[in-house]
Amino acid sequence: MLSPGRTFTSLLLRPASRLPLWLGSEGRAASSQPKELIKKYVLEKDELRPLYMDFQATTPMDPRVLDAMLPFQVNYYGNPHSRTHAYGWESESAMETARKQVADLIGADPREIIFTSGATESNNMAIKGVARFYKAKKRHVITTQTEHKCVLDSCRVLESEGFSITYLPVMSNGLVDLELLEASIRPDTSLLSVMTINNEIGVHQPMKEIGQICRSKGVFLHTDAAQAVGKIPLDVTDCKIDLMSISGHKIYGPKGVGALYVRRRPRVRLEPLQNGGGQERGLRSGTVPTPLAVGLGAACSIAQQEMEYDHRRVSMLANRLVQKIMAELPDVIMNGDAEQRYPGCVNLSFAYVEGESLLMALKDVALSSGSACTSASLEPSYVLRAIGTDEDLAHSSIRFGIGRFTTEEEVDYTVAKCIHQVNRLREMSPLWEMVQEGIDLKSIKWTQH
Amino acid sequence: MAGTVAKKCLSPLALLTRRLSAPEFITQCCYHKKVVDHYENPRNVGTLDKNSKNVGTGLVGAPACGDVMKLQIEVDDHGKIVDARFKTFGCGSAIASSSLATEWVKGKSVDEALLIKNTDIAKELCLPPVKLHCSMLAEDAIKAALADYRLKQKDDQQEAARASI
Repeated sequence: MLSPGRTFTSLLLRPASRLPLWLGSEGRAASSQPKELIKKYVLEKDELRPLYMDFQATTPMDPRVLDAMLPFQVNYYGNPHSRTHAYGWESESAMETARKQVADLIGADPREIIFTSGATESNNMAIKGVARFYKAKKRHVITTQTEHKCVLDSCRVLESEGFSITYLPVMSNGLVDLELLEASIRPDTSLLSVMTINNEIGVHQPMKEIGQICRSKGVFLHTDAAQAVGKIPLDVTDCKIDLMSISGHKIYGPKGVGALYVRRRPRVRLEPLQNGGGQERGLRSGTVPTPLAVGLGAACSIAQQEMEYDHRRVSMLANRLVQKIMAELPDVIMNGDAEQRYPGCVNLSFAYVEGESLLMALKDVALSSGSACTSASLEPSYVLRAIGTDEDLAHSSIRFGIGRFTTEEEVDYTVAKCIHQVNRLREMSPLWEMVQEGIDLKSIKWTQH
Repeated sequence: MAGTVAKKCLSPLALLTRRLSAPEFITQCCYHKKVVDHYENPRNVGTLDKNSKNVGTGLVGAPACGDVMKLQIEVDDHGKIVDARFKTFGCGSAIASSSLATEWVKGKSVDEALLIKNTDIAKELCLPPVKLHCSMLAEDAIKAALADYRLKQKDDQQEAARASI
């Protein structure tokens, strides 16, 4: 069998003589033949790339960010931790400038920013690090049911280490109940983790109020702000946030970099996940990738400049999308609170139409769905389930992501296509037919499969 | 969750030529063109009169599972299926499976239609393992429609017997 770390693709890229024995002589002679099994996705001759409406999944890099990064890839390539020569000094200076740019965006001190490989690593560091550091006296962590998988999975790992975790339910509009939150804080609670803006339904949690509660009870507040940073004004002092995760590729920056804000006053202590040479205040050892850090810094500074204009534009486009769809199609439900939300993340459920079939119909628009069919299991999205969406509506939801580079024409095209395809699919749907005949779907005994 | 774009996938023959020990490294992210074809040009979408005694209606699945299929067959007096219609709430593979099912039952007798298996539907459409339940539901829909037809025929016979007394 293959040893760990080698993939089949990397095997095939070797010269034929160095292929392992188990492939056989047939493998060596026909080493060119298996290559076609590595399915390379290439567009057909006249096929156009789909319109991109999935800005919550990732964002294209802003060209200005690329401009800032390029010199550090080929010219200023030194290791920023090299103390003894100019290559190191110039890289370090660029890294520190980037750190300041990230800090300025969230109202923090540059010494409080740690560069990581992304929001997933930041979340892991924050949750596991804080919980493990204070584990002598505090064994309780609180989070919500709508968090990102990395937060939930980190909490699960903590549970197996003997911590007790409370997964707070959310109300049907996606917001946490503040009284319930306050009531679940115990004397042995070390950390509360709530994401600022949800990546699936776009709801914006009341961070100021939550921060107030946590500060008054002496509990650290961690927030996964990957979708929020650079899009809405966020101040860590204002909201009394102690730890914040930032993701590069959600704010038109490079992929593979993120940051963790760790408060210094009052000091938050963490047990590091990654040990080594003591970089990043000993909390995250490893060479800081200068080009990526510079990219993140540039993305943050651009976001700070463009925030107000982007927000106005995205709100206008999102309203246009929602108004047009709701005006033409009956039985469309927006998931998540209508007011307390980030406008660029619109999650709509089209009743009586299944999400994946609608995605297939809208194949020239890149969208995402909360439907089961698009995940490996038959379970619909856990976020939609947490807000109490009926199971059949959870299967019918689509997430439209609008961002800095979305144009009005793209929105209009998407809306028109969506309306047309939903009508077509409803004609094909037995549920729509039954509803038109006046049958109450909840009264039917379905065959369980 | 991921956005999807329709595209061809590997033919089954290429899969057979790989050695069994080779690990599965192809993720089938795209639909087979047959599924796309059935989806974009579905055959036999519609409704037959469910009160007619020659029509059998099968309604299977559940909205909570994300798959509901309604398959209707019209049978002539010689026990041959002359028309079939379907309506589906489900993903592209489910729509394709039920569309194919209606194509296949047309022209068959009631007994022959019972022989249609989900594995045949899955093979014809090159369904990936994660979508096999769609073909199973299509087979269930056919069986449910046939059972409903038989039930109606039995009721008719009983009524005829009662009327003649």
